[in-house]
Amino acid sequence: MALVKNGELVTSSFVDASGAEAIPATGPVIVNLDQWKAHRDELLKRGTPLGIRLHSDQAPELIAGDVQHFAVVALEFPKFRDGRSYSYARLLRERYGFKGELRAVGEVLLEQLFFMLRTGFDAFEIVSADPLKDYRTALADFSVWYQPTADGRPTAMQLRRKH
Amino acid sequence: MYRYDEFDSRFVNERVAQFRRQVKRRLGGELTEDQFRPLRLMNGLYLQLHAYMLRVNVPYGTLSSKQMRKFAYIARTYDKNFGHFTTRQNIQYNWIKLEETPDILQHLADVEVTGIQSSGNCVRNITADQYAGRAKDELADPRVYCELLRQYSFLHPEFSYLPRKFKIAVTGSPNDRAAVAVHDIGLRMHKNEQGEIGFEVLVGGGLGRTPYIGQTIRKWLAPEHLLSYVESILRIYNMQGRRDNIHKARIKIIVNQMGIDKYRELVDQDWEFTKNGVLKVPDDEVARIDSYFAPPQYEKLADQTDALAKIRSGDRAFDRWVRGNVIEHKVPGYAIVNVSLKAPGKVPGDITADKMDAVADLADRYSLGEIRVTHRQNLVLVDVKQSELYELWHKLAELELATPNLGLLSDIICCPGLDYCALANARSIPIAQDISRAFTDLDELQKIGQFTINISGCMNACGHHHVGHIGILGVDKRGEEFFQLTLGGSSDQHASLGDRLGPGLPQAEVPAAIRKIVDAYLVIRQQNERFLDTYRRVGIEPFKAAVYGEESRAA
Repeated sequence: MALVKNGELVTSSFVDASGAEAIPATGPVIVNLDQWKAHRDELLKRGTPLGIRLHSDQAPELIAGDVQHFAVVALEFPKFRDGRSYSYARLLRERYGFKGELRAVGEVLLEQLFFMLRTGFDAFEIVSADPLKDYRTALADFSVWYQPTADGRPTAMQLRRKH
Repeated sequence: MYRYDEFDSRFVNERVAQFRRQVKRRLGGELTEDQFRPLRLMNGLYLQLHAYMLRVNVPYGTLSSKQMRKFAYIARTYDKNFGHFTTRQNIQYNWIKLEETPDILQHLADVEVTGIQSSGNCVRNITADQYAGRAKDELADPRVYCELLRQYSFLHPEFSYLPRKFKIAVTGSPNDRAAVAVHDIGLRMHKNEQGEIGFEVLVGGGLGRTPYIGQTIRKWLAPEHLLSYVESILRIYNMQGRRDNIHKARIKIIVNQMGIDKYRELVDQDWEFTKNGVLKVPDDEVARIDSYFAPPQYEKLADQTDALAKIRSGDRAFDRWVRGNVIEHKVPGYAIVNVSLKAPGKVPGDITADKMDAVADLADRYSLGEIRVTHRQNLVLVDVKQSELYELWHKLAELELATPNLGLLSDIICCPGLDYCALANARSIPIAQDISRAFTDLDELQKIGQFTINISGCMNACGHHHVGHIGILGVDKRGEEFFQLTLGGSSDQHASLGDRLGPGLPQAEVPAAIRKIVDAYLVIRQQNERFLDTYRRVGIEPFKAAVYGEESRAA
């Protein structure tokens, strides 16, 4: 599993404790929603960067008041067919003002990177022998966009009106 | 009609190139069939019983003669010389090879046609009134908004993995020919109290195994808000639609579970954030698109009523065709001509490559090069001079495309059924053929009057059986095909779902059962009452008795 962020291959500095029994005492950590609710105060006190991982049935409305505390929000695609996190990503970016890393996790297929990027994801957990090459290939498929979404790319309509 | 600009054409060409790479990866084993399926579906490629099927969009039913010739070319070069027009204003090719699909899509892209999102869990081909921009009863041409929606929906990053498919239909006429009430979103153009044209928005209609008539979520929506409002409907659906059960995943299910008022509340809450934002449709973009749909340069002609009456009185067959298949045009001296794909014994919606070419030629010669495709699986020539109707009729008749049965009993809607479709339980095509062969007497058809028979080979209801005056549903009972009849369905502005008549019938008994229903109707109808109106007046009992005998009343 590789993490591609803003087009670069990176190593996550976060420990993903969202599936673990216990949260590590120190260091940047990603927790799940239950852990966040149960340990919110302690987590905030530790002074390390925090991340949260949301299942596809956990809408970001649940953390709308807390987004400023997170350096990372990881949204799950339990199956590639489950498209809820595309809406969640846009809401986080466009409505709740989340500026940190928005990470796509789970069944993240190359064919979907383009949709993910456009809805506001900037980091992707990819299974690939050559993740950067695949990432670049997948994003080179299109140069025309019809919908104004979180990534801010100019749409066909906006470009037409400039002419 | 709309023409691609540099952006549109770059986009569809990039889409073809992308699919070419995906097909290559599939053939090379880099993609599993499970991973490839949604990719091919969103380009219109299905795997059927015997081969791949390619479904190509005719956006809002508008087609040029050039595009029709390309359809013929595809049929001839890559298929078995025919295509099938569907209830979704698409054309389907039934015998396609996977490895040839990228080439086919490139041919289609060359004439500005695509298979993009003709399948998959995304926004499908936007459908509309086939007479858009031409019908005398129309309030406004819906196609500019269809085109806006088409562009907006193509590869929408947020809505390409919806819980299930999503169909939008638009009508600009109070006489709904687009069946908007049985779509996920139905849009009806009408005027508000200030006289401004906008949309009534219906949501949650649909057929399939749990049919519903759409409910009004908004009585009037300003056109500038169309995209943002549709987006909010889609967003709530994407987040709240069921993902655990494919049969309960359509928007109609959640709308009916939570109730229309709750759904409206959620949509309005979301829309509050976006309605005055970037999705607001600018007037100049509406004007740009609208200019493509500007009426052609019509000649200044007078209506030919008298001259036509003279010919009609001398030629009964022509008279019948004019009465049945020709519709009033908004411009004097012109007419709208319906081209029936429902000759007796033929497969509804099927047309050969040669006839596609012939229709394209006739469109060029008689109808300013434009053809329309109807959700009832017929074609239309929309700009025919009344003075040329007689000549055109002769030519259509030679092609067996002038059966004067538009809206009559043998104008049957029929899905491909078990002859092709992997989902089907029963063969729907032979039933359609049998019925059309049993009702060939044109005087009788005319006497029976307005009548729709819709046939589906399974409960997925591609043949819209719930909304046929008579619906026929193929079911599988212990390995044998049976057909269940429903009565009283309608997809127009007074849409209703049919009621089940009784136990399923074997194929051989269906035409006789239809005959019994028709006979009973002719006895009890008042004056020129349509079958549907008679049914609504008297209910199902007389027809149950006619088909199953008096003893059925006790059962």
